[in-house]
Amino acid sequence: MNQPAGGASPALTRARRGIADYVETALPKIVLGPTLLCALIFVYGFIAWTAWLSFTESRILPRYDFAGLVQYIALFANDRWWTAVKNLGIFAGLFIGFCLVTGLVLAILLDQRIRAEGFLRAIYLYPMALSFIVTGTAWRWILNPGLGLEHLVRQLGFEHFTFDWIVTPGMSIYAVVIAGVWQSTGFVMALFLAGLRGIDDAIIKAAQVDGAGPVRIYGSIVIPSLRPVFFSSLIILGHIAIKSFDLVMALTGGGPGFSSDLPATFMYTFAFNRNQIGLGAASAMMMLMTVVAIIVPMIYSETRRQRHG
Amino acid sequence: MKRLLVATALGAVGLASSAPLYAGGEVEVLHWWTSGGEAKSVAELKKELEAKGDTWKDFAVAGGGGETAMTVLKSRVVSGQPPTAAQVKGPQIQDWAAEGVLANLDSTAQAGKWDSLLPPVVSNVMKYKGHYVAVPVNVHRVNWLWANPEVFKKAGAKIPTNWDEFMVAADKIQKAGFIALAHGGQPWQDATLFESVALGVGGAEWYRKAFVDLDPKALNSPTMEKAFTTLRAVQKYIDKDAANRDWNLATAMVINGKAGMQIMGDWAKGEFTAAGKVAGRDYICAPAPGTKGAFTFNIDSFIMFQQKDASKQQAQRDLASAIMDVHFQEVFNLNKGSIPVRMGMNLDKFDQCAKDSAAEFTASSKSGALVPSFAHEMAMPPAPKGAMFDVITAFMNTPSMTPKQAAEKMGAASGKKV
Amino acid sequence: MGEPYRTQTAGSHLIGRAVIYTLLVLFALYYLMPLFVMLTTSLKTLDDIRTGNLLALPVQLSFDAWTKAWDSACTGVYCGGLKGNFLNSVSFVVPAVIISTLIGAFNGYVLTMWRFKGSDLLFTALLIGCFIPFQVVLLPMAQTLGWLGIANSTAGLVFVHVVYGLAFTTLFFRNFYVTVPVELTKAARIDGAGFFTIFWRIILPLSPPIIVVCVIWQFTQIWNDFLFGVVFSSGQRQPITVALNNLVNTTTGVKEYNVDMAAAIIAGLPTLLVYVLAGKYFVRGLTAGAVKG
Repeated sequence: MNQPAGGASPALTRARRGIADYVETALPKIVLGPTLLCALIFVYGFIAWTAWLSFTESRILPRYDFAGLVQYIALFANDRWWTAVKNLGIFAGLFIGFCLVTGLVLAILLDQRIRAEGFLRAIYLYPMALSFIVTGTAWRWILNPGLGLEHLVRQLGFEHFTFDWIVTPGMSIYAVVIAGVWQSTGFVMALFLAGLRGIDDAIIKAAQVDGAGPVRIYGSIVIPSLRPVFFSSLIILGHIAIKSFDLVMALTGGGPGFSSDLPATFMYTFAFNRNQIGLGAASAMMMLMTVVAIIVPMIYSETRRQRHG
Repeated sequence: MKRLLVATALGAVGLASSAPLYAGGEVEVLHWWTSGGEAKSVAELKKELEAKGDTWKDFAVAGGGGETAMTVLKSRVVSGQPPTAAQVKGPQIQDWAAEGVLANLDSTAQAGKWDSLLPPVVSNVMKYKGHYVAVPVNVHRVNWLWANPEVFKKAGAKIPTNWDEFMVAADKIQKAGFIALAHGGQPWQDATLFESVALGVGGAEWYRKAFVDLDPKALNSPTMEKAFTTLRAVQKYIDKDAANRDWNLATAMVINGKAGMQIMGDWAKGEFTAAGKVAGRDYICAPAPGTKGAFTFNIDSFIMFQQKDASKQQAQRDLASAIMDVHFQEVFNLNKGSIPVRMGMNLDKFDQCAKDSAAEFTASSKSGALVPSFAHEMAMPPAPKGAMFDVITAFMNTPSMTPKQAAEKMGAASGKKV
Repeated sequence: MGEPYRTQTAGSHLIGRAVIYTLLVLFALYYLMPLFVMLTTSLKTLDDIRTGNLLALPVQLSFDAWTKAWDSACTGVYCGGLKGNFLNSVSFVVPAVIISTLIGAFNGYVLTMWRFKGSDLLFTALLIGCFIPFQVVLLPMAQTLGWLGIANSTAGLVFVHVVYGLAFTTLFFRNFYVTVPVELTKAARIDGAGFFTIFWRIILPLSPPIIVVCVIWQFTQIWNDFLFGVVFSSGQRQPITVALNNLVNTTTGVKEYNVDMAAAIIAGLPTLLVYVLAGKYFVRGLTAGAVKG
């Protein structure tokens, strides 16, 4: 196999091969190294820094003297925090649910050999390209009862049509869901479309030959084989839901009152606007711990499954 | 002889080089004045500074009345690179000074005789432990009532001078088919409305005890309950589409004759002027009901951060003295719609509303009815202010909350000092 | 896949198609509505906006708002519109996208072809980075960049975006390379090819679909970012999102909604174009395995 060229001694060749092997084993780790270092410092290190701050009395600027659980006690006694937590549950659940279902439905529809598929696909995808200022302002007007949709439908003759979610304290978070789903479904649809196109035709044809109807085919073959797509979509949608800050700020400002507050906006408001960095850090830690508790087991099990699958 | 010549020459060179040639420093200024009118005003400052040989590095960050700018400011201070000057107002000035990062402006203040040109209420806010750390730019009056005289005529109503009269006038306007009070349901607007109600109901003394001293007895009191009861009554006259409406859209309703009144600070005047309306003829500016003789002030100011560079320090001093300068005060405030903070200036170029405002400013500072606006962060630190905002907006959005409950929550809001 | 199921009669087939098309059109309306509002508002005059209905067509068509947004709108003391900030954004978005994509490709390659003990655990640990809200890391990052001396510079912005983009780029490439048989690499190793040779000669040529996906995603995320842009830049070097925010969110100034909308569309044009033009390659790239196991 690897005959040494020229007159190199066997020992030298072995040494060269030894070094080469060593480099080959080390190189992958070296290449991965900077990324892991970054994750260690800029993700985990910063989480630790935030954790430390949550145990201090930091106000306008960080302070590092330990102060016990004082911030967490204040956090749990804060009405606004619990509203934000409840909203996150509602928002994340509905947002992820609707995006997945709508994305899947749109992908299936588009996959039916539609004319103008490219055109329609561009229409569904473009919202993801826009920034929050754009989407927030536009949707704020559309959802405003006096200026937007309600006004328009009433002008068309439906006098009793009401659509004032955005100004109703209990319903404002659902208005955020509408705008959020609008912005992110396109991407999920693209993921599902790709997944659908990747399914092996042979299996489908075989099932058709066996007499299975479309519902059966979709239910038993197509959707289960899209499992990895569901996983990727969940990660992306989950990350958007947790980070949803810009959309809420632009659309409702957290209002009316603070009824559409989310933990991310709560943390920002208290840390940066109310000069209560300690409290903001405590709320950030609660957010992060929830993420870890839910997402990590999911990711790990899927990753291992993919390896063996 | 030659030795004397050389010595003289050397001496001359020595003299010339010992006086440092001031080449001008750079001031990086963080602010959130980004609209056309505001930008023109700030450009004046830039011009003055450049005339002194300094350079202006603009650092504009709009949003939330400075909220985004504050986030940026904190990050910059934490990174060890604070801007030279930043637009910070009210008690936040003291918060920053307590961190030990602000520069001392006493020398410029003495040279400019600031103590004699500013009312004590104002200069106290600019000082930390007796030393000047900030310089005020303008004075906004918050307790204004803006009215459309056409609407009032058609409704047969008259401009109210207290809250009882307000209800009467609003009733007439509503019956005539107009919206009585144009309002935007955003927390700061709710608070702006509320503080005028509170001032009109409780008077300047109580206002100070409650919102400046944060006295729980003054906060959780029958007067506070009365203020909330009045607010609940005023709410009847706001249209149901008010939620999250921008303040200038509410002003537009008054301009267009859809609504009769708006309670808003004097920046509303800018909208009227932009629409080509003339004060006294097309719109009326009156003190908010029950607050005649009182002046709720909102003062924009700049704090200066300690700099290591000597030229930057000089540029800071130039900036501070330029801001208090007569010429700048006139031009800036003409553009911005506010009035000069420097007392005793010639106000011929200003319109009637501004002149009224300036007269009230001086008068109320003597009578003790000059109070800081708590809705605009002049009266208390951000933490209790935010908590009180939460109470007020919750009250306005929860019909089941009683004035008594609201008063209790206000009392609790003051104690939040985490 | 893509064959409609011809298990129904011709009539029900037509109804089926009609239903499909109707649904698609209804969804399209939902998606197009905001764009319609933005476009029409940007073409109206201020009087039209003040007096009219926000969903109505312009009474007097005017392109003034567009020229103003590009050339003369005020974003602070500087009143030169968005054109300068456009270039600022490009100056840090391009390097950040290239660098994070490159590193992500290498990471994905390592995690799938050169597996070692614990590499799956490391991958999971890396993915947590996707979920960090940027507000949480703002202050510590400011402090770190201050220490490194790049707090207020383009280099700092590129650095920040690369660091927080690595989790996603690694995810994309890793999920893609997992579909490439490991045998390919093993055979090449036996033939004597080294780590980098295998990458350049074998893996990279297979990668264009996922590179497209990654570049589109990163470009959109970084171009549209506001928070890092506003904190880690200043003055004339601010990205276009910050300039847009300054334009749109004036607090006590007179608001010009038509200019705001025109500016918002200008700021969103690059990403819009990328999605519209490259959308086909985007889906193709995803099809080629970005999302499979």
